[in-house]
Amino acid sequence: MAVMRLVGARVKRAEDPRLITGRSTYTDDVRLVDALYAKFHRSPIAHGRIKSVNLDAARRVPGVVAVYTAEDLGEFPEPIPGGGNITGMQVVRRYPLVHDKKVRQVGDPIALVVATSRAAAEDGANAVEVDYEELPAVVDMEAAMKPDAPKLYDDWKNNVAYHVEVGDRAAVDAAMKGAHKVASLRIVNQRLVGNPMETRSVVAKWDQGPQELTVWVSSQAPHLAKTFIASSVGLPEHKVHVIVPEVGGGFGVKIDTYGEEIALSRAAMMLGRPVKWTEDRSEHFVATVQGRGQVCYIDLGVDQNGKFLALRSRIVADLGAHQQMNTAVVPTLSNLMLSGAYDIPAIFGELDAVMTNTPPTGAYRGAGRPEALYMIERVVDVAARELGMDPAELRRRNFIAADKFPFTTKTGVTYDSGNYAPALEKALQLVGYDELRAEQARLRQEGKRLLGIGLSTYVEICGMGPSAAMGGIGWDSATVRFDPTGKVTVLTGVSPHGQGQETTFAQIVHDELGVPFEDVTVLHGDTRVVQYGIGTFGSRGLAVGGAALMRAIERVRNKAKQVAAHLLEASVDDVVYDQGRMYVRGTPSKAVTIQEVAQVCMLGVQRLPQEIEPGLEGQGRFEPTNFTWPFGTHVCVVEIDAETGELQLRKIVAVDDCGKIISPMLVEGQVHGGLAQGIGQALFEGAKWDDSGQPVTGSLMDYAMPLASELCEFQLDHTETPTPVNPLGAKGVGEAGTIGICPAVVNAVVDALSHLGVKDVEMPITSEKIWRILHQGEGR
Amino acid sequence: MKVSITVNGVRHENDVEPRTLLVHYLRDTLGLTGTHVGCDTTQCGACTVALNGQIVKSCTIFAVQADGSNVLTIEGLQRGDKLHPVQAGFWEEHGLQCGFCTPGMIMAGWGLLKENPNPTEAEIRRALDGNICRCTGYQNIVRAIQWAAKNGRPEDYSYDGSAPDVPDKATYPSPHTVGTGR
Repeated sequence: MAVMRLVGARVKRAEDPRLITGRSTYTDDVRLVDALYAKFHRSPIAHGRIKSVNLDAARRVPGVVAVYTAEDLGEFPEPIPGGGNITGMQVVRRYPLVHDKKVRQVGDPIALVVATSRAAAEDGANAVEVDYEELPAVVDMEAAMKPDAPKLYDDWKNNVAYHVEVGDRAAVDAAMKGAHKVASLRIVNQRLVGNPMETRSVVAKWDQGPQELTVWVSSQAPHLAKTFIASSVGLPEHKVHVIVPEVGGGFGVKIDTYGEEIALSRAAMMLGRPVKWTEDRSEHFVATVQGRGQVCYIDLGVDQNGKFLALRSRIVADLGAHQQMNTAVVPTLSNLMLSGAYDIPAIFGELDAVMTNTPPTGAYRGAGRPEALYMIERVVDVAARELGMDPAELRRRNFIAADKFPFTTKTGVTYDSGNYAPALEKALQLVGYDELRAEQARLRQEGKRLLGIGLSTYVEICGMGPSAAMGGIGWDSATVRFDPTGKVTVLTGVSPHGQGQETTFAQIVHDELGVPFEDVTVLHGDTRVVQYGIGTFGSRGLAVGGAALMRAIERVRNKAKQVAAHLLEASVDDVVYDQGRMYVRGTPSKAVTIQEVAQVCMLGVQRLPQEIEPGLEGQGRFEPTNFTWPFGTHVCVVEIDAETGELQLRKIVAVDDCGKIISPMLVEGQVHGGLAQGIGQALFEGAKWDDSGQPVTGSLMDYAMPLASELCEFQLDHTETPTPVNPLGAKGVGEAGTIGICPAVVNAVVDALSHLGVKDVEMPITSEKIWRILHQGEGR
Repeated sequence: MKVSITVNGVRHENDVEPRTLLVHYLRDTLGLTGTHVGCDTTQCGACTVALNGQIVKSCTIFAVQADGSNVLTIEGLQRGDKLHPVQAGFWEEHGLQCGFCTPGMIMAGWGLLKENPNPTEAEIRRALDGNICRCTGYQNIVRAIQWAAKNGRPEDYSYDGSAPDVPDKATYPSPHTVGTGR
């Protein structure tokens, strides 16, 4: 009987039963005997020198066990992971608590209070007294570049951490001279706050006997956390055990190992009691890395037929006040992406990365690619308008042709595979493009409602990635281990936190090894259970972690065939592995099952010859040769009330090509969530500070997250162009939605208002902004 | 202060600090960690529970306000091995990813279907506006609640929250959004 293949099928998630019944364990749910609670006293000002710190009152608060400043926590052999290795970069590293008597953002941690209860810790933190000499702050990234701007780091020559260039300046200058038209824009990519629904959380426990540290942490990269905590705290790495339990979303901001992990580890060691800290939501707005924060100037030169001749960009990227793990590298990804989905013969990009008195930036869903895609897809629309050409047609004329892959862009990266036009045509057909254009013209005549149709044809970087381009951490790992009864445990080095790889990987094991789906358990996140791996980010879980799993499966299968050959008294070359049954080619009726082989491998070893090692287990590691480059077309249709400026999303169509699809239901979920975050940036979200560096958006009361009633039904479809980079052909889909839809939404709004002479509307596009455009002539 | 609160049908008597929030009482005192804290400011709804049959955000109520009441949390929805239709709907329709907002979402869905067994899509979306999900874009959560509406029976929502002294419902904060940066 043929077994149904689960790869490509809609499979209910293995993760869900514990989550829908409230019986999963997130870090804050970890309850240990004798545990203490921690709270950080954080700077209320954005820039200043600490004149004095008084801990007396805090120490007198009932329930407070200890209060630490940087001096009290002792020496750390290594600072918090961060900095960067970009040529010519001004690097700064920091320690868990402010150690140089200077605060550089609201929220810089000055003291750590540990108490017997959450409430007592809060009382204690509130009782810490700090006297400051306040300094002028700089919040705006372009202002921070000016020679007279307040400097964050006294020994730096200015606030610019680094300047990098990509492409050929002379070629672009020459090509621009011959251009029929040059479309130009200044674009702001506002600061976003990651806001996973579970904030960061840490529990640290020191075991005096074996001299071992256990840290539960809500993280996307458990093994990196283990390495970094060990080196910062100063423990041999094998004495540090990191456990990442259930994680309530990450979106990039939990890749980092933060100072809180290190401070709590040290405190737990000093006190000999477990210490727990859970970030509160307001703290998340200052203590966790944020996303985006770029100003871009972009020019696109086109000829009379609309062919792109050259693209020039200047990006200013806001790094914030510190350099966390990914702070420096994220903006450089924007530079790599400048060609978008297009064949552009000349490209030049320069990038200045600047420190400001705001929280540090880092990875947030898309991380560097959405910023680039946004400016490209916006300027292509401006060019279309200036040429009087339909934006779909202009894109069509400039796509990289399907026969040109692998395609090396003028930014020096090589796109693995692609076929861009079919995704565009499919999306246009799904949305009913021609009919919408006709309706738009009609509504404009009537004057009550304005219809806008926006497109974005994106390409992005996934499957991160080759280690040469990833600071050495591009690979990942998997183990497939059989029990004697034929049950399977998969240990994966990636660290799913909503992506559903406990399901996807079990689907793959089911199909490849022919064991029942229910017989597979996928474990991750515990560094003493799982072999070293890198983690989940950059849409790499399946493309890299899944590829490693394929290698592990291959090794197990080979071993099983070797054992089966012995049991069947045949040559291994004649043994067929067929859905969990092994037989000699041509005689399927006389077979041994994988369960029997597993039993023999562990509890019937006397039946094996000396040369076959006991056990049935395979390990695989995968180092990709390239990134993967998913692509697609997103279309947004908006309707604006010409009187009130109220905007309604009427239709969202997303046609994505993420290579081979393993789990369609999970791909759908990833795209949905990505779309919501991309729409969030376009219409709702944006972190703000006043001129003195005080957060104006300091909680979910002020920071608008997309709500159910504000979004519409998303219509999805796919094309499938496998990648040659990994054996699954899968490219990754975690970030596509966010990257693709954001420019489509803004293009739709600008399209709706274009007859008024509107060329750009800054995100987030609130109804108030639209009202001002309609009634006060702003932005025309 | 002494409180007596019935949670998922079990009566608990505890001494709590007056400032203890209901959610911290559930999580820290009773160890019912299925109810989550996502925002501290009543926007996200991860802490949604039913208090005397009415859904509320347990981060915005003091434990002492719930004295004498009946609380239903995510841990109390299942009947033996049988998932509640709203829970089953979330599983069937891929209504969750990271799962952190899910207990609150399920309780919000429970509260909606208790009052309105056949809601329209717009009514579902409106009813979820007090609950934030960062993973799903809400589409499959809407489908999950539609699934539950189709597959549930009235008795699945029969929990009336009756308790000896039912406080005036009007004293609870609205489960819907208050000030979300708009």
